[in-house]
Amino acid sequence: MSKVVSELKYSAEHEWVAADGAGPVGIGISAVAADALGDIVYVDLPEVGSTVTAGETCGEVESTKSVSDLYAPVTGEVTEINDGVVADPALINSDPYGAGWLFKVAVTDEGPLMSAEEYAATNGGEL
Amino acid sequence: MTENYTALYDQHKTAGASFTDFGGWQMPLKYTSELAEHHAVRNTAGLFDLSHMGEVWVTGPDAGAFLDYALAGKLSAIAVGKAKYSLICDRDGGIIDDLISYRRGEEKYLVVPNAGNAKKVAAALAERAAKFDVAVEDVSAEISLIAVQGPNAEAILLQLVPAGQHSLVTELKYYAAVEVGIAVNGTVQDLLLARTGYTGEDGFEIYVPNDDAAGLWEALLDAGAVHGLIPAGLACRDSLRLEAGMPLYGNELSRQVNAYAAGLGPVVSLAKESDFVGKEALATIKAAGVGSTIGQKLVGLKGLGRRAARGHYPVLKDGMLIGEVTSGQPSPTLGYPVAMAYVDVEHSEVGTVLDVDLRGKAEPFEVVALPFYKRSK
Repeated sequence: MSKVVSELKYSAEHEWVAADGAGPVGIGISAVAADALGDIVYVDLPEVGSTVTAGETCGEVESTKSVSDLYAPVTGEVTEINDGVVADPALINSDPYGAGWLFKVAVTDEGPLMSAEEYAATNGGEL
Repeated sequence: MTENYTALYDQHKTAGASFTDFGGWQMPLKYTSELAEHHAVRNTAGLFDLSHMGEVWVTGPDAGAFLDYALAGKLSAIAVGKAKYSLICDRDGGIIDDLISYRRGEEKYLVVPNAGNAKKVAAALAERAAKFDVAVEDVSAEISLIAVQGPNAEAILLQLVPAGQHSLVTELKYYAAVEVGIAVNGTVQDLLLARTGYTGEDGFEIYVPNDDAAGLWEALLDAGAVHGLIPAGLACRDSLRLEAGMPLYGNELSRQVNAYAAGLGPVVSLAKESDFVGKEALATIKAAGVGSTIGQKLVGLKGLGRRAARGHYPVLKDGMLIGEVTSGQPSPTLGYPVAMAYVDVEHSEVGTVLDVDLRGKAEPFEVVALPFYKRSK
């Protein structure tokens, strides 16, 4: 079963947020979503310096089988994107919570986020 | 709708497959990674459960004449031991299904329709058989179908075939079939082996009674381990057939589509002397130039960017709607997006650059000749 990391928070659209205190937060997509998408071959991320709004689309993730919008789980300015994942989108499948992170945001407002327990209960992941 | 399960369901489950509904069947979508499975079929070999496909025996003195009437092709003309790709059409020329017919004797054919259409096809054949001395028997529920596809398919299969029968396999031509002894569950059984497939690679399809399906599946996996054989799901089957430019019923083919628009004109034998269901309509459609000078035709599209077109996306020329994508995804073998689409014939020439509306943003695609991928011999 797909892993859900307990230290992270999750949006209903399957993004995880690493809210580890001060500074920009890391954002990625959950293993549940990555597994459901299949092998990811293309990712379109917001630009550094752009503002994303919680609950709104800010990019897309494309697998061999389907394409899925990327929703911003928080509001704020994008401070960094993961060039490694743009070059090698398979990292999202192999290490969704690590090397497969997508971008960082200086948060001004959090969207509605779930705890790992809530997310796993709703989406069938394994803590 | 009740879900159907193949005789290999437990094997798939044990192997960790994720499942999908396909034509009313719970089928393995992938076991590990659909990309890895795709590449295995191109480079070594993949093992497919195709037991959802239908099997209908047509037997009797009129078998050939009957299929000439029921299908668009001239099935009476194929030699015993050969197979032929054909269409079963409506009176108006719409496609009920695309199917393969194997001639197993002077008066004996095995007709293999698609999973979701098997009952419709069996019913249409039974109905069309009224005036012929022929028996139509749908044995889909009793027969499993296992495919070994990829450059190593022959080497794998030979390990299960008695040495004295190896030449039956090695000399079997594409689109031909033979009864051959295959070791299953410790005994050699005569099974129908066809050199056919839906992947663009060399490969075989083996028809086996349900009770022996699991044994054959395991035997092939064991024999194939040293040849890089892995189980392969429907996800890679779809990407493989798309690269090979093969139509999928429900995407490229339907009751609303005719053979000429679909590029399957050569499959229709208007020249055969006898009448067949849909002949009059198809003759009219052809004479009108549908798919060549009027209407739409099926084309291949190569993405010039990285984003892939998907089924039902609009195709545009200078902002005007001129067609619709039927299948599309990133090609694992070629490394760029590929798609098939129906487009207005005036924009169907190879080299024409069209736009596909990728969810609000136009992306350029070039019309290319099908197939996208052809294996080197």
